Amino acid sequence: MARLDLRGIHKEFGEVTALAELSLEVESGELVSLLGPSGCGKTTALRIVAGFEQPTRGELLVDGSDVTPVPASKRNMGMVFQAYSLFPNMTARQNVEFGLRMRKVARDKCRARAGELLELVGLATRADNYPHELSGGQQQRVALARALAIEPAILLLDEPLSALDAKVRVDLRQQIRHVQQRLGITTLYVTHDQEEALSISDRIAVMSDGKLEQVGAPAEIYRSPRSEFVANFVGLMNGFDGRVQAPDLVAVGASERPIGVVEGHGRATGDRVLVLIRPESVDLKELADGATPSDGAFEGKVAMHTFLGSVTRVNLSSDLGDLVADVPSLRALTMPPGTRVAVRVDPVGVRLLPR
Amino acid sequence: MATVAAPAETKAGRAPRKRRHVSFWTWFWLIMAALYFLVPLYSTLQFSLETSQHGYGFKWYSQIFADPMFRTSFLFSLRLAVETVIIGLVLMVPTVYWVHLRLPQLRPVMDVVSILPFVVPPVALVVGLSGVFNVMPWLLSNSQILAFIYVILALPFTYRSLDAGMRAINVKTLTEAAQSVGAPGWKTLLFVILPNIRTAMLGGAFLTLAIVMGEYTISSLLLFNTFAVYMYYIGNTEAQPAAALAIISFTLTWGAMMGLFLLSRRRGRASSPGVTAVSR
Repeated sequence: MARLDLRGIHKEFGEVTALAELSLEVESGELVSLLGPSGCGKTTALRIVAGFEQPTRGELLVDGSDVTPVPASKRNMGMVFQAYSLFPNMTARQNVEFGLRMRKVARDKCRARAGELLELVGLATRADNYPHELSGGQQQRVALARALAIEPAILLLDEPLSALDAKVRVDLRQQIRHVQQRLGITTLYVTHDQEEALSISDRIAVMSDGKLEQVGAPAEIYRSPRSEFVANFVGLMNGFDGRVQAPDLVAVGASERPIGVVEGHGRATGDRVLVLIRPESVDLKELADGATPSDGAFEGKVAMHTFLGSVTRVNLSSDLGDLVADVPSLRALTMPPGTRVAVRVDPVGVRLLPR
Repeated sequence: MATVAAPAETKAGRAPRKRRHVSFWTWFWLIMAALYFLVPLYSTLQFSLETSQHGYGFKWYSQIFADPMFRTSFLFSLRLAVETVIIGLVLMVPTVYWVHLRLPQLRPVMDVVSILPFVVPPVALVVGLSGVFNVMPWLLSNSQILAFIYVILALPFTYRSLDAGMRAINVKTLTEAAQSVGAPGWKTLLFVILPNIRTAMLGGAFLTLAIVMGEYTISSLLLFNTFAVYMYYIGNTEAQPAAALAIISFTLTWGAMMGLFLLSRRRGRASSPGVTAVSR
């Protein structure tokens, strides 16, 4: 277990700035995900931590010691790659043993440790198989065992699930989290999949254009995004222009429709704001012919349904503008496209950002 | 509950293979190609075995094997071939590895440089080298110099084989994976990269062997009695022993190729170099 500290890491490739003064602390035993779209610099950050790239400036500390000039082979960091990276000329067991053999560990100890780790990742029976005899998911599990065999100070995972199919991804991410928690190993996990980051991390660092947009617990990132980018990248958001009318009320859209908001948002009355509403905070109720919405609700018309399993994503046209709501699928059946509905927004799901 | 029927399987557990229809023209061109190669070979073989008007035997082969010049020139060329292979691989494996790993932008340059020996004829190469020999004439007295010249001649084959071998594996990811678990550069090359490009190295080595064993122009111009020079000499003086020598030479080359084929098959069963790079 070790503490990882990235201090002002800056990286330029020619004239392109890949990382701009990135600072991040990862506590001992913590799993932090670097989340962002392609090209945001998350893999570059991970490669700098691994020692495969040198930062243009900045420091990388492990337990307070500067490891920036230390070569990758001496950093004691295990890494699992996005591409299948098992050594094709070695069996699963030999792959796991490789790092220990490089450290001149006795053969019987290598074998015992490899056996333990293959057991841990559920592949004890495939120890003598070559990589081409294993499925993608099995190969990544062996790669995880190989990375853990050297008892690394830090575990680095570079989109290890992106080449796998959906079912295997879910199983394997749970297994990675289970192993990480069991061993209590400090882990930096790179992904562009927000669902993966939300489900596996202690904290998420959302990145964009080489910079950290927000760092926080998954629930905090989801509920209280600090920027429009985070709001749109992590989950789905309805966004509207608005103006604060009162501490608990905001006027939304061109029609200035008033919507309730939880106090303490830090904006003053009269401020122009971006109003963000999560789809699951939008409640819909079918309107009878001639009926009008009451108690702060407003009218909308169902335009389209997208069935997602337990919930159905409903696109509406409303006074606010186009709006998306996530509705339990059984309820959505009662409001097919064309249905008039009363729309009510839960103030807890409304977030205000400065304009 | 609905079930999906699995395709019928044979006793061996495999789905029956569809019998592919092979057209008349496929067979026709296949047989024509085979005849094109086999007829001259058969004629040479028959000619090399003729001892009198209607008799056959190994007389000319015995004569060749008994000739001390044959053994001397053959062993000399073989030694040169082994030296060329070693120098070529020691020089090219780290170079190609480094280009793949750190300087991929240099690959087009390497491609062009590697085909230069095809563009520059051996005669021109010797003329060019004569400038070096004028300054350092003692180089000519050492037959070792031939191996260094042959490294240049074999460069296209060595480079292409190694390049293809390294393209087949994900050199960068494998190297980084090895480094991440503590392997320094030379151990990565030795334990991870080399075993996975073994077939490519063998391919390059056997092509080099074939080139060196048959190279005539440079060795004759520099007055070295290599196997090719000996073959040429025998061809000019005795027709049937020359045919026997051609068959011996062919058999040796064929044997080397078969060795490569069998080695690569055995390697294929043990592992496959399929490291998949996933696009981001």
